Formats: sequence, C-alpha cells, structure tokens
Amino acid sequence: MFQATPFTRRKGYTESVARAVFLFMTVMMVLPLVLVVSYLFYQAWPILSLDFLLEVPRQGMRAGGIWSPLLGTIYLVIISLVIATPIGVLAAVFLNEYARDSWFTRTVNLAVVNLAGVPSIVHALFGLGAFVLFAGLGKSILAASLTLAIMTMPVIIASTKEALASVPMSFREACWNVGATRWQTIRHVVLPNSISGILTGIILQVSRAAGETAPIMFTGAVFYKAIPEGRLFAYGLFDQCMALSMHLFTISTQVPDVPPALPYGTAVVLLGAVLAVNTLAIVLRVYLRSRKKW
Amino acid sequence: MQTRPRWEILSEAAIEAVIRLCGISAILFVFGIFFFVFREGAGFLFAGFDPKEFFFSPEWYPTSQSRVRYGVLALIAGTVSVTALAMALAVPFGIGAAVFVSEFCGPRWKEGLKITIELLAAIPSVVWGFIGLTVMNPLIMQIFGVPIGLNVLNGGIILALMSVPIIVSIGEDALKAVPDSYREAALALGVTRWQMVYRVLIPAAKNGLLAAVLLGVGRAVGETMAVLMATGHAVTIPSSVMDSVRTLTATVAAELGEAPVNSEHYQVLFIIGILLFTITFIVNLTADLVVRGVRRR
Repeated sequence: MFQATPFTRRKGYTESVARAVFLFMTVMMVLPLVLVVSYLFYQAWPILSLDFLLEVPRQGMRAGGIWSPLLGTIYLVIISLVIATPIGVLAAVFLNEYARDSWFTRTVNLAVVNLAGVPSIVHALFGLGAFVLFAGLGKSILAASLTLAIMTMPVIIASTKEALASVPMSFREACWNVGATRWQTIRHVVLPNSISGILTGIILQVSRAAGETAPIMFTGAVFYKAIPEGRLFAYGLFDQCMALSMHLFTISTQVPDVPPALPYGTAVVLLGAVLAVNTLAIVLRVYLRSRKKW
Repeated sequence: MQTRPRWEILSEAAIEAVIRLCGISAILFVFGIFFFVFREGAGFLFAGFDPKEFFFSPEWYPTSQSRVRYGVLALIAGTVSVTALAMALAVPFGIGAAVFVSEFCGPRWKEGLKITIELLAAIPSVVWGFIGLTVMNPLIMQIFGVPIGLNVLNGGIILALMSVPIIVSIGEDALKAVPDSYREAALALGVTRWQMVYRVLIPAAKNGLLAAVLLGVGRAVGETMAVLMATGHAVTIPSSVMDSVRTLTATVAAELGEAPVNSEHYQVLFIIGILLFTITFIVNLTADLVVRGVRRR
C-alpha cells in the first residue's frame, strides 16, 4: 500500500470540500422548490375542493371559487395552442429540413432566440399595439391568445427542432431513394418519427401559456367578469375574460380583505396545473425515449 | 420512365412555400414587435421627448398636476439593483449546481436533478411574486426588523431563484460540450475532480458559461410580475438592499392600464418598452455570438 503523503491528503481534503460546496449549492436550488410547493399546499389545503374549482367568484372576489378564471385560462391556452403549433412546427421543419447553413438561416435562428428572450411586458405592449389597436380586435380573448401564441412559439420551435434533428439521416435517404419527394419524406418518415419531441414542445407551450400574466393583462384579461356558473361555452372569441394568473395577481394585490385561503388556493391550482403538465411532458419523453428503436 | 403527376409537383411547391413562410415568420415577429412598440411610442419620441431628462433624471411624475416629469433613472437603478443582487446569488449557485450535475453525480441523480431544475423553471412568475408577497415579505420583516419586506432583497432572491434554472441548464450544456479527452488527459495526470473542474473544464467551457450568465441576466431584466409584486412601489434610487424600488418592467405593468391611449404618459411607457427590447436584444445577441464562438472552435 502507498502511504498518503501530506500532499495527497490535502488534495483529498480540497476534493471533499469542493464536493460538499457544490452539493450544497445544488440543494439550495432544489430545496426552495420543495419548501415553497409544500408551504403553498399546506396553506391552501382547507379550501381545495371540487366546489372551489366549479364556483364563480362572489362578493367582489372575496368568496366563492375560481371557475371563471379557470375557464378563461383554458380558452386562452387552447386558442394560443391552435395558433402557435402549426406555425412553430413548420418553422422548425424549415430550419432543420430545408434551410442550408447560410446567413439567412442564422438570422432566423437568431430571431427565434430573441423572440424567446423578449420580456413578457414587451410582448404585452406589442399585443396591445398590433392586435388590440392596429388590427382592431379590441381587448379580447383572440388578441390575448395571439399575443400568447407568439410569445410561446419558440418553445415549440426549439423542441421540434431537436426532435427532427434526432431522426437519423439514413431514414430520409432511404425514403428519397424510393422516389419520395422532400415533403412526402417529411410527412411520412420524419414527422412520425419525431412526434414525441413535438408533443413535448406542445405540452411545454401549454404550461408556459397558462402561467403568463403580463402579456394578457392589457390584451384581453380583466380583473372581473361575471359568467354563468357551470357553462363551458361562457366566453366568446371577442369577449374579455378572467384568467387564473391574472386572478391570483388581482386578489393578492388589488382587492382588500380577501380571506387568505383564496389566493393560496388559486396559486396552488395554477402551480399544480403547470407542474402536472410539465411532469406529463417529462414522463412522455422518458417513456418514448425508452421505446426508441434506433 | 414515369413522371410525377402535375398536381403533385404543384402541391410540393406550395407546401414548401408555406414552410418557408413559417420559417421567415420568426423574423417577421421580432420586427413586428419592434415596429408596433415603436409605432405606439413614436408620437412622443419625435415631439417633446427629452432624452437628457429621460435617462438622467430620477424624477418620475407622469401624472403630476403642476409639471409632469418622465425621468427613468430611478427605474433603471431599480432594475439594475435587483438584477445585480439576483445575479450575485444566482451565478455562483447556478454554475456550482451545473458543475455538480455535470461532473460530480451519478447518472440516476443527474436525471432526477435535471427534472427538478426543469420543474423549477416552470413555476409561473406570478406565483413567484405571490411567494415574495406572502412568504418572503414577513420573513424579511422578522429577520431584519424592517417595517416592510417588499424590497431589493426580496426581489433579488425571487429573481435569483427564477434565473438559476436557465443558468444551470445552459451551463451544464456548456460543460457537456467539453470533449471527454480533456477530462481523461487531466485525470491521467492524477488530478482530483475539483482540480480538473477548476483547471481544465471551466477554462475550456468559459464562453458557454458566460452565455449562461448573460441569458440569466436577460431573464432577470425582463421579468415583470414577480418584481412588480415583490419589490414594493417606490420610485427611488435605492441606498441599501432594504429599500423598496420599482423596475422598468414593473412600471409599465403598473401604469399602462391607467394611462389613456395615445396620451404622453402612455407613449412614454412604450418608449420604456423600446428600451427594454433593446437591452434584452443586445444581451441575447451577445450570448448568441459568444456561444457561436465556442462552436466554431
């Protein structure tokens, strides 16, 4: 056996210190997530029930449930999804399948990166200027959904691009060799083989769109709007609506004397929905990766 | 020799045109954002706008009866102070966590930690703001004995938690991009992991790590709801972390609803939007150039 010299001992000592420090830093990042989520759930526990989800807010949002904002968020998410998905997926197809490595492609890539980096409040200003005023949609669900769609599109583009890139080149070559055109190859070989990545992107878009507040504040979401209880089609495309994220902001800062359980309940529903949707994306990704044949 | 039917050739060309259009749309959207924000703010920008007052005066009195003043220095100071504190916390912790995830833990832990980071990144900003308001606020009041806990410290911690995931995931990518032969060469010389990280990996991945930090800064500067709810509403240049401030983003979010359309105040808020767009554009562009520098090498 070798005898440990002071030098190796010191080396081992700094090694374990470094390890401990890095571990500490990682724990400090994970711990808040666990603490915060459990604290919010603990505070919201008494109010959480099916009634809380299905009742409309009452008494100036100081009682009742969250049906109207919940429904508004569902509307916004679905409509923005319908707008963002085709454009986002095709943009990714362009970047991965058609574009050559040129200054133009680099510009498109740069634009996608920048679109993801534009502050949410600037998206709100854009939505107000372009959709609400210029296009004349007014403050409406449609204007808010368009704003959300543009804001969340980079999420879809990024994960679709990654999925397309992971399809082996030989798949495409085999398809071209039997005489298929570019689009036929994409349609019948590339897209079916990358559907998992595309789905992941769509799911992440949903979670992002559901949580955003600033972009919808001035384009379609309002503090309060009365709708009949229990009706699924309570909002029209050109109506204004309530939204969960906005509702949380409203009842925690704008309305006095709200019983504290209400905002906690709203926060937990919003957080729970977003985390559940993300978990779904993760599970889907792990499952489909394990089934991959190449 | 069989040729393709005519409609097939046509539809191929049509679909390709649609795909190209969707690709270009990303550029159109970025230009569109700049154009429409600029368009709304242009009226005041070209008439009566005083850049000297705008950038160097801390007096923000957009609705004053006697004399309105639009100086955003205090708002810039708010943004800078909160962002700086957030980065002072998030950069060491984020890079540290990236190193741990990438170099120190086994594959099973790695997967779990990456999922946790992903979930941390998914928490909506309004929920973070709510946490700042209901959890951090009383905590800060108790620990530091200050009358109000909505201040730079509160906002900084919240923003740090929000921007750490992006720093970790981009930083981890940067470390992963360092070839394994570097690690093998270092380990073959008998160094410990820490020495390898400190002497080999960090110098080799420094551009990627810098890009991670820049993207974190971009995220922190542009964050709106969390800072609106967690930093208090005081348009002052802060002298300590216990002072309440207001950031550029929070000002727009708080005042846009009350400013009448096409009034001066409304247009100034759009000019702040142009300023924010420009800042984040430059930050993202720099991050992109830095990353591309890595790839080329």
